[in-house]
Amino acid sequence: MKSNAATLVRFAFLCLIAFLMFTPIAWALAASFRPPTVPFALGNVFFAPSLSLENYAKALSLAPFGRYYVNTFWQVGAIIAAQLVTGSLAAFAFARYRFAGDRLLFTIILLQMMIPTAALLVPNFSTIRFLGLYDTIPGIALPFFGSAFATFLLRQSFLSIPRDLGDAAAIDGCRWDQELRFIFLPTAKSSLAALVLSALSFHWNDFLWPLVITQSDTARPLTAGLVRFTQMGEIGAQWGLLSAATMIVTLPLFVVFLVFQKQFVRGYLSSGIK
Amino acid sequence: MRRHRVLPYLLVAPTLCFVAVFTLLPLGEVLVGSLFKQKLNIPKYQHPVFNGLGTFADLFGDPDFLQVLANTGIYVLVLIPLLLIVALGLAFLVEAKLKGLAFFRLSIFHPTVLPMVSAATVWMFFLTPGYGLWNQALRILGYTGPQNWVGNPSLALFSLILVAFWKNVGFLMLFFLAGLQGMDRSVVEAARLDGAAGLRMVTRVILPLIRRQTLFVTTIAFISAFQTVDHLFVLTQGGPSGRSTLLLYYLWEVRFDRMDIGRADAVTVIMIAVLLAFTISNFLMSERNEK
Repeated sequence: MKSNAATLVRFAFLCLIAFLMFTPIAWALAASFRPPTVPFALGNVFFAPSLSLENYAKALSLAPFGRYYVNTFWQVGAIIAAQLVTGSLAAFAFARYRFAGDRLLFTIILLQMMIPTAALLVPNFSTIRFLGLYDTIPGIALPFFGSAFATFLLRQSFLSIPRDLGDAAAIDGCRWDQELRFIFLPTAKSSLAALVLSALSFHWNDFLWPLVITQSDTARPLTAGLVRFTQMGEIGAQWGLLSAATMIVTLPLFVVFLVFQKQFVRGYLSSGIK
Repeated sequence: MRRHRVLPYLLVAPTLCFVAVFTLLPLGEVLVGSLFKQKLNIPKYQHPVFNGLGTFADLFGDPDFLQVLANTGIYVLVLIPLLLIVALGLAFLVEAKLKGLAFFRLSIFHPTVLPMVSAATVWMFFLTPGYGLWNQALRILGYTGPQNWVGNPSLALFSLILVAFWKNVGFLMLFFLAGLQGMDRSVVEAARLDGAAGLRMVTRVILPLIRRQTLFVTTIAFISAFQTVDHLFVLTQGGPSGRSTLLLYYLWEVRFDRMDIGRADAVTVIMIAVLLAFTISNFLMSERNEK
């Protein structure tokens, strides 16, 4: 019976933890549906007498969240597409061929994993300005087009393919690009998925770099848009409105996460293969 | 093994090109730039003037910067042990089968998916003085101290730690959980038969078994503590009076608020030095233990 009691304690403890962890977001969600006319008062902070979408309507009228979505979508899409291409090409070269200086080149690329691009925002800002890409979506995305992580991850999974397989294909007259497309990429599907999901969550949530490299709504992504919204003069302490804006920015990716939970978790974990 | 002359280089070229332009080149740029004085808002210093190591000397003689270093030190030294210990504890709690486990794991993990800026706006509301749930809960527990956590000089930094903790603990738990699930059960059983239990079991048996995960989790916790300052923009703006400014936020202020390029380059150099020193020593430690 001792283990039964232990299980019960564990269950109760986890209930408490779940309650504590969910409370902040649950409260914000409740607040976002509160009619703006019902002020928060002690004892009545969780539930208003009625629900309303007014906060959502007002938030959407104050800031172009639709535009921010489109911007984030293109920014993240461009980064993922570019990383898939550059990453699989480089990984293929490192896994399939021996060439003079290959180890050196690989080490140089890996340097990018040790120095986060976020730390280099000052010089990268000058580079993007110099290229004439300030306040554009390509300007936000470009520094991330080559990824050490993508190269590393895909190389690992390409290395599991027997050399003979590639050699046999080559003898049969297979060109390198056919080798990559028909032999290497299909076997690396789970790594490719992991790469897409971890890049998606990283760049979708990125804030500081997009903040410094944009100044107008034409390129500004969701995260920078939300922070700008919180700093608008007329917002003040309108928590319902602020919560609605937060939900507008947060909920869609959250739903995507719930749907693909298993894949996301696998994607996160694969970033731990060292 | 076939030998190719040009093809591999062409395949590596795109990635290498981007790494060169956005990692190597900037690295050189800040190393050189940190030796020059250049302030865009002062006509005399519009163009770089050689300053040697003067900028570094200025920085380490500037109380504001020392305050930033102290803040960052406290932030890292409080946040990371807290994250690691609680994440490991939670991993133990959600490891074995239990009713509702998926729900519990989700409750711990869900903040990971949110952008840090969303987490920060949610917490800004949560921390509201007066009717904010945080303060109401503390009042029930008998707390009578100051309520404005974000605006209080000695509490602002801790409100940032709180948000970063809530946001990241589930992410780190995931790696510990994977470690525990992949661990060699027979070793744990053998230790149990030998009488190991409780804390001794954790520190002497389990932690060495999941050493690789622990090392990795420590590294990402450290790097992310340095490269994520998004919550500062929402909650404290580094204030009040610089009491919650972290290194990367300071870097942003120096460059985009004060337009002091020389100093921004020097701060970047310091930050990269700290990050590299940490990753390299971590790596050497893991190599040594491997033998």
